[in-house]
Amino acid sequence: MAYSLIPEEVLEHVFSFLSSDRDRNSVSSVCKSWYEIERWCRRRIFIGNCYSVSAEMVTRRFPEVREVEIKGKPHFADFNLVPEGWGGYVKPWIRVMSGAYPLLEEMKLKRMVVTDECLDLISRSFNNFKVLVLTSCEGFTTHGLASIAANCRNLRELDLRESEVEDLSGHWLSHFPDNCTSLVSLNISCLGSEVSFSALERLVTRCPNLRTLRLNRAVPLDKLPNLLQRAPQLVELGTGACSAEIRSDIFSNLTEAFLACKKLRALSGFWDVVPAYLPAMYPVCSGITSLNLSYAIVQSPDLGKLVSQCINLQRLWVLDYIEDTGLEALSLSCKDLQELRVFPSDPFGAEPNVSLTEKGLVSVSEGCPKLQSVLYFCHQMSNAALITIAKNRPNLIRFRLCIIEPHAPDYLTLGPLDTGFGAIVENCKELRRLSLSGLLTDRVFEYIGTHAKKLEMLSIAFAGDSDLGLHHVLSGCESLRKLEIRDCPFGDKALLANAAKLETMRSLWMSSCSVSFGACKLLGKKLPGLNVEVIDERGHPGSRPESCPVEKLYIYRTVGGQRVDTPDFVWTMEKEEEVLLTE
Amino acid sequence: MRDTVHFGGGGAVNSGGSMSALSREENAATAAISSSEDSSSYPDDDSELELGLGLSLGRGGGKPPPPPAAAGGGVGSWDQYARILTAKAPSSSSSSSSSPPAHSAVSSQVRGWPPIATHRINSLVNHTKSPITEESASNVDNKRKNMTVAMDKINYRSSYTIKNVSSERGTTLKKSLFVKVNMDGVSIGRKINLHAHNCYETLGQTLDHMFTLDASACATRRSNVEEQVVIGGRGRHMRLLDGSSDFVLTYEDKDGDWMLVGDVPWEMFLSSVRRLRIRRTADANGLAPRSRGMNREC
Repeated sequence: MAYSLIPEEVLEHVFSFLSSDRDRNSVSSVCKSWYEIERWCRRRIFIGNCYSVSAEMVTRRFPEVREVEIKGKPHFADFNLVPEGWGGYVKPWIRVMSGAYPLLEEMKLKRMVVTDECLDLISRSFNNFKVLVLTSCEGFTTHGLASIAANCRNLRELDLRESEVEDLSGHWLSHFPDNCTSLVSLNISCLGSEVSFSALERLVTRCPNLRTLRLNRAVPLDKLPNLLQRAPQLVELGTGACSAEIRSDIFSNLTEAFLACKKLRALSGFWDVVPAYLPAMYPVCSGITSLNLSYAIVQSPDLGKLVSQCINLQRLWVLDYIEDTGLEALSLSCKDLQELRVFPSDPFGAEPNVSLTEKGLVSVSEGCPKLQSVLYFCHQMSNAALITIAKNRPNLIRFRLCIIEPHAPDYLTLGPLDTGFGAIVENCKELRRLSLSGLLTDRVFEYIGTHAKKLEMLSIAFAGDSDLGLHHVLSGCESLRKLEIRDCPFGDKALLANAAKLETMRSLWMSSCSVSFGACKLLGKKLPGLNVEVIDERGHPGSRPESCPVEKLYIYRTVGGQRVDTPDFVWTMEKEEEVLLTE
Repeated sequence: MRDTVHFGGGGAVNSGGSMSALSREENAATAAISSSEDSSSYPDDDSELELGLGLSLGRGGGKPPPPPAAAGGGVGSWDQYARILTAKAPSSSSSSSSSPPAHSAVSSQVRGWPPIATHRINSLVNHTKSPITEESASNVDNKRKNMTVAMDKINYRSSYTIKNVSSERGTTLKKSLFVKVNMDGVSIGRKINLHAHNCYETLGQTLDHMFTLDASACATRRSNVEEQVVIGGRGRHMRLLDGSSDFVLTYEDKDGDWMLVGDVPWEMFLSSVRRLRIRRTADANGLAPRSRGMNREC
């Protein structure tokens, strides 16, 4: 047909404009020859669950990959709900890729276990390695970082976002060779102890393209100007500790240094901030689009003064010290705001310690027309407020509300918050991510199943009355990819009735619910496209009655078969073929 | 640098919130699917349930699963895990402690709630350890009080007081020394910052609190009976350092040898410790003998 007249090179060139994985997957399914052409020219791979496919399968199909992104543990691992040792090891991937992808340039890992051995292997296997991003990873020490620094001659990005690094020595930074000038981005904010400051200074000096520098807490404020002077081209800065004796020379050095940074767009860090030093940053505020004050224990009026200077702010992460009054001021001054995250300063206090209520969020929803992403921790909420927010901001894409007390009702009516969240899903038709909290009955899930058609990720805790709730979600949410549930009275019925749905999702997490071992076994047997993992630290679930609920359940679709690295508290349910073979 | 902490809160387990949550779950588990108030396509009758792939539960008689609080060690202990409880509020050795709040919020007793990433929680706790100047001290006093209360609730560095902070001369932060701590019979390992302590006593107390519930959990699993190990909301304390419990604290030193904790001066211990392990006394017999004599149960 006409296709055969189009040379492969032309097709390949056309495909090179396709960046989205979905588009590339569609293209691959057109015909065999397109499948072949596409697979040879795919350069970027995203693996949302490291156990969904094996490294061998990936490298076999896509031989010319340059950028890899892999995620490991489920999201609830961030809150200590996944026992240590569960899995998410990157080693098998690196072993395979070290042979298959010698030209690999980028590796981005999230919630994976990375050892020093892995880092060493990365540093020695890929001559053109440029970008390493480790988000919420663990298992490595500063020795591993030293390998990366020493051996990756073209390193552009080293980003250790919120990873857990065992700090053995601050001297790893000195392992960057003197001729390393390629750094563009360095994020060491998660490191606990000091790095060698002189090594850092020299590194910053010789890397003229450095645009992102996020320091760790141990870098003192009085040394910050030294770095800024050497890198006035910085676009993103994370300060170290923001405290020092109040001295005018430090203040003037700081102000001068900031004045020179005309390209600064993002600020973070601010540990231990002494409010007296904040005005030193005022000169750059009008250019700032992203401000992360979530580690800054600073209160009004200093907090408000800083934020109101940032009139072009698009993203704000802040502690609840901002209070309703601060959020109201924000809504008046920052009309470009797209993302707001408010974290609790005292999450375990029985009583609220600040005056931050639903009113703050309502103000922002009223005043900021571009607001699309919200993460909000507070102590009280009402249906009325949620309905107002929904009406104000139908363009919301992410809405994560955490009312700190589980089962907290509408504080005005003392009833459930079903209608409030219902309004959110009904009005915000593009909603992709939702986290629920407060007192909720099965009703809210009915609303979600009916309206949340674009919802991809849903997080549920302490909510619902019965399996009906889960049934609504599984049967109604057409775009659902990730569902995570804890402490809800959901059992076997809804899960089994909607078993096929699970094969259309990336994963389902359920902990402290009422799913029985028997149901897990059944799901495992009947759905070969899934791994059904029972995570239970009380010993083999077979030692308890089949009707006994399992502690935790993690179900994910996979073509990689059963895991081979499960610890002794994880059991993958047998699939039907395996059962037949043994008979 | 991430410490796995039990989210704090002292005092009674039986706050109103937690009881109602439990009873709600019991109802859900024992009752058949409750019919919704308005009409819904979801069938109320079990037998009409259309199962996607013809899957059936295969439970004889269609009995619903037993309520979580039923007798039977396995099932009964389920809700203990679902609500991992912390031990009591800091002991009298802490000068800044007050009596545990009478109305502990449910949120402060539940693992992983509120859903805040561990690194963020650690950062909140660490804020009180940071150096401050004399002039800014007054500004941050209130914040410190909050943080101290939070710290007490987290029940982590119970011996730390505000006094220590003000006496520091704005010098750089002490390096942390995180070591892994494992306990026999418990798959969850923890990490602890040894530099947060300056004597064996506080270390022992902290580990005591950290692992108290795990000790009872381990006992429950082994004995497989209905033993209510958790008494009045608190676990049995292990008193690791005085040899009076079933468990003993050991550490692996730089040479890879396992030693009993407490023999050498604290500073020496800090310089050689690589990791810790809480062992059953019976299993710890082969280790270097402790200088302080005591009777051990075998």
